[in-house]
Amino acid sequence: MRFSFLSLLRNAFSAHRDWPEQWRSPEPKPAYDVVIVGGGGHGLAAAYFLAAEFGIRNVAVVERGWIGGGNSGRNTTIVRSNYLLEDSEALYDHSLKIWENLSQTLNYNVMFSPRGILMLAHGHHDVQSFTRHLHANRLAGIDSEWLSPEEARAFCPGLNISKDIRYPIGGATLQRRGGVARHDAVVWGFARAASALGVDILQNCEVTGIRRGPDGAVTGLDTTRGAIATRKIGVSAAGHTSVVLEMAGLGRLPLESTPLQALVSEPLKPLISCVVMSNTIHAYISQSDKGDLVIGAGTDQYVSYSQTGGLQITAHTLDAICELFPHLRRVRMMRNWGGIVDNTVDRSPILGPTPVPGLFVNCGWGTGGFKATPGAGHLLAATIARGEAHPIAAPFGLDRFARGRLIDEAAAAAVAH
Amino acid sequence: MLLVPCPWCGPRPELEFVAAGEAHVARPSPDADPTALAEALYFRANTKGLIAERWRHLHGCGRFFNAVRHTVTDKFVMSYRPGDPAPDLARLAETLAAEAAL
Ligand SMILES: Cc1cc2nc3c(=O)[nH]c(=O)nc-3n(C[C@H](O)[C@H](O)[C@H](O)COP(=O)(O)OP(=O)(O)OC[C@H]3O[C@@H](n4cnc5c(N)ncnc54)[C@H](O)[C@@H]3O)c2cc1C
Ligand SMILES: [Zn+2]
Repeated sequence: MRFSFLSLLRNAFSAHRDWPEQWRSPEPKPAYDVVIVGGGGHGLAAAYFLAAEFGIRNVAVVERGWIGGGNSGRNTTIVRSNYLLEDSEALYDHSLKIWENLSQTLNYNVMFSPRGILMLAHGHHDVQSFTRHLHANRLAGIDSEWLSPEEARAFCPGLNISKDIRYPIGGATLQRRGGVARHDAVVWGFARAASALGVDILQNCEVTGIRRGPDGAVTGLDTTRGAIATRKIGVSAAGHTSVVLEMAGLGRLPLESTPLQALVSEPLKPLISCVVMSNTIHAYISQSDKGDLVIGAGTDQYVSYSQTGGLQITAHTLDAICELFPHLRRVRMMRNWGGIVDNTVDRSPILGPTPVPGLFVNCGWGTGGFKATPGAGHLLAATIARGEAHPIAAPFGLDRFARGRLIDEAAAAAVAH
Repeated sequence: MLLVPCPWCGPRPELEFVAAGEAHVARPSPDADPTALAEALYFRANTKGLIAERWRHLHGCGRFFNAVRHTVTDKFVMSYRPGDPAPDLARLAETLAAEAAL
């Protein structure tokens, strides 16, 4: 069923009560050509591209809970590609280009809104490193502009550019192509399009074991809904990647899972028209179409799977927000929550084959993988279909750690959203 | 915020501490092959369950110590001084499960 102006109109007359289910909920088949573990945006996108672009339609996505209930449904939806290093620029811009037409491709409004990402520089050293960053982006063909404090305030009215605050703003970079998208819509859009192409989406289906043959290659999975045979598995389980890969004998990985929190305010009239990020004082904020201010906080310092973090972390972020936007001081916060993010030491993802034949992984996106949802899904699909890493993904292999070829966005960006 | 049990100062708010990652990671010899070095530097157990981890009581006594914590409940099970032997986490998990069943 395609969405069109006519179908919307027709359903308006029945008060939108007669829309059919957007994806099928079949029983698991005994075998699939490919099984994707993790029904977040990344896993569903990978399944979609396997079917849509690589002609592999006998595919299942197995999800422990409900699709989009992990970090895909918990993040602050910032989409941008202005990373510092060349490998990352290619990776994130690959994704951003897919975002630009995603609603048309999926025939589903993912509400991608390129409203501009304003990244604030505080003080002399920030201004210098941001300038370097801006030039690096321009050399890679990624749009980036320098704004003076006054220009930044003109772009984002209300921004406090006073010289008397603790970390005065010395300027900002602006990526106009960056913005936000609607997290649930991205998950549902990929699920619907994948299902229409024959992909089985199996919810409430937790993977509990990975089976391997005498040659070490994968032969199937054990799940809470029964065993499934397959020769190719793509793991896209974000914070739970270590847990899933341990089932295949990959006990130790260059990953640590930590809580990352976000919070939203009461709904307000349109107030902040772009995305504002500050790495230095650690705050980022945008406003959803509903009117809530969406605010992202930092990670806790310890490994945890609790999906909650310390209140001091969010309080620290709110201090920074109140300094940047003093008129928000009396706004009430409605909800806060945490997700479990899988961090690598260089804050770059891991995407490619593993030492186990037939087992592929897409993980380590940590605090910043929502923006990569379509791109990572596409590259994982390409990698599974070809059996070797797609060229854009090749630098991000699991082997880079032993080769000492880290892609150190941690040093480059300090924060990775 | 966690209440972190310093073996010297007792339970103190997490704000006084810095988490220092997985405990008991043995440093390979300098001429070890790159894989062994990478494993020691970057590869971690990242267990969902009991873990042994290092903490430093930075804004207190300043000392490093080790602790066992459950990564789903975030509850500390014990803490111990550097140089004390690594606890058997699997045994500890069994004991805790048996106690919880009582
Ligand atoms: C608070 C917060 C703010 C963030 N802000 C941003 C941002 O502004 N911009 C940005 O780009 N990124 C952001 N991120 C990061 C982003 O959310 C993630 O990188 C991205 O959503 C990961 O997508 P995913 O599909 O890989 O993971 P998920 O959506 O977490 O999907 C993984 C799925 O695997 C499932 N799973 C786990 N174990 C099993 C199992 N054994 N069997 C079956 N299924 C299993 C889980 O249930 C889950 O649904 C943020 C994250 C958080 C938590
Ligand atoms: Zn102490």
